[in-house]
Amino acid sequence: MSGLLDAAIVIAFLEAGVRLGIPLALAALGETISERAGVLNIGLEGAIIAGALGAALGALDTGSPILGVLVGGLAGAAVALVFAVFVVGLNVDQIIAGTAITLGGLGFTAAVYEARFGTTGTALTLPTLDPVSLPLLSAVPVLGPVFFSQAPTAYLTYLLAPALAWFFYRTSAGLQLRAVGEAPDAAAAAGVRVRRIRFVATVAGGFLAGLAGAHLSLAYAGTFAEGMSAGRGFIAIAVVVLGRWNPILVLLAGLFFGAASALQFFLQNLGFDIGYQIFLAVPYILTLAALGGWVGRARAPAALALPWPTRRRGA
Amino acid sequence: MNRSRGWIVTGVALLATVAVAAGSLALGGFDPWEAMRALVSGSLGSPTAIFSITLVRAVPLILTGLAVALAFRAGIWNIGAEGQLYAGAVAGVWVALAAPSSVPAWLLLPGILTVGGVAGAAWAVVPAALRLRAGVGEVITTILMNFVAIHLAAWMVHGPLQEARGVFPQTDRISETARLPVLIPGTRLHLGFAIAVILAVFLWAWLRYTASGFGIRAVGASPDAARVAGRIEDGPTLFRIFLASGAIAGLAGVVQVSGVTFALYEDFSPGYGYTAIAVALLAGLKPLGVVLTGVLFGALEGGAGAMQREAGVPAGWVDAVEALVILSILAADRLIRRGEA
Repeated sequence: MSGLLDAAIVIAFLEAGVRLGIPLALAALGETISERAGVLNIGLEGAIIAGALGAALGALDTGSPILGVLVGGLAGAAVALVFAVFVVGLNVDQIIAGTAITLGGLGFTAAVYEARFGTTGTALTLPTLDPVSLPLLSAVPVLGPVFFSQAPTAYLTYLLAPALAWFFYRTSAGLQLRAVGEAPDAAAAAGVRVRRIRFVATVAGGFLAGLAGAHLSLAYAGTFAEGMSAGRGFIAIAVVVLGRWNPILVLLAGLFFGAASALQFFLQNLGFDIGYQIFLAVPYILTLAALGGWVGRARAPAALALPWPTRRRGA
Repeated sequence: MNRSRGWIVTGVALLATVAVAAGSLALGGFDPWEAMRALVSGSLGSPTAIFSITLVRAVPLILTGLAVALAFRAGIWNIGAEGQLYAGAVAGVWVALAAPSSVPAWLLLPGILTVGGVAGAAWAVVPAALRLRAGVGEVITTILMNFVAIHLAAWMVHGPLQEARGVFPQTDRISETARLPVLIPGTRLHLGFAIAVILAVFLWAWLRYTASGFGIRAVGASPDAARVAGRIEDGPTLFRIFLASGAIAGLAGVVQVSGVTFALYEDFSPGYGYTAIAVALLAGLKPLGVVLTGVLFGALEGGAGAMQREAGVPAGWVDAVEALVILSILAADRLIRRGEA
């Protein structure tokens, strides 16, 4: 066994971890925006799958993967818009509405895909969003191939996390957004437009979830398949908790879970062949363990998942 | 007052759903009339359609619907009926296959049903404990447990529990003695339907006539009160209800194996545990109502096959319609209440 070969396997594993972690991190950053404003979007999965299909159709029809990514983001935003109409506009229960959005998003995309391409079973071949090696940075040993030879969506994600952190903690709009998520009554009394901010935050979060879906279909798989989001929306919501609603930590937590998902390939390479399905369960088990262990009591935004205005007396 | 509002909400929501569903079919280039006709004739058009398709399909929906209704009533957001159903199915099929052939049906059947229920409850222990001990909300944890269960079941049918031939990712078929008897000869309607109805009546009576049931009913009677007093903070009670909800969903899994599929395979459930949320909500979280809405959704899903064959409507469309039902109920409830205020 040469040490060089082992290093190559480890680098390939880490590279796959980042590639798998990017959609989780993107969607989780989107969820961070809406949760900071007090909206728990369990419908994230629906926005991701809509983004994956939107990006696939967009790239196919325009021939441009970049335009495809944009269409994917818009598709995710559209799903989040429907969700926002119900939970912000009508003040219905966020958890139930979000579950419905996920169920409907998965069903609707499957129906649209089937209506357009039939059930032939042949996989769709899409114009893919190819990796771009950044000059200089990609030449750095280990870090270069792992972080800087990725699809453009990865670089967007790296920049987005600090940008969001700056927005949350250094701008007055960010302060208003956090106020809406912590104390909507007080924010409203201070003249902040609570509903408008929640609406915009939810739709913006959906846009990022749509980009995550676009990464899945255009950069990761190169095709679209029914249900290909495969629960990533739910893992992303857990990633937000693990990252304690802090964009930088959320990015790191997303990459960590990408690595956990890539573990199956790595362990198979090392000869642990006890059935790959058991490894598919690992990220979920790790998430549960992490939630129960070191971050269980991390403080969520105080008004998370609560409708506003609160109804003062029974009808 | 409250009662009539419940029916109005259900009616308005159903009308809105039918309207949007028909509209979306027309937009998608399908003939809504043809599609609806295929849906109705495929689910209710003949005795075979009713007793061998719709009611059979309704059984897992009624059981998981009861599991969800019970949990939601107590302010427990158990989105994990899907995983608990898988846990029940895996455990049930395992015991059914492992039991010596000399074990008679009168012992084996109650045995595997119990094992399935216990497994479903066990699957609920993790999210219940995480909520009580670590303060982690059960919405995410129950969903995560669903994925663990689905992958674990997939691993089982590829590995330890795979059929003796080793060709397909499925278990061997369980013996005759482990199968639920057919209720109406000549149909596929099995004893599981009776079990589901009896359980619904039992839950109704428990909620209505016992002190412990009353406490939950009081919380569920007013969403506003539920928001304030809301979650039952009494740990042991909450823990028991969470586990009972899991047990009912686990029972749904083993009943499906023992009454319909006779084997476990990958993607064994087409999302019963998620549809269950629509079933429970449409019934206003009332156990007897769950029987009706379970049959309704059984007809919807049972007729979906006919709709796909005869009108070319993709199967995923039915999932979208179910989501529409949930959203219409939420919106109708909110708008009607706003009108009354």
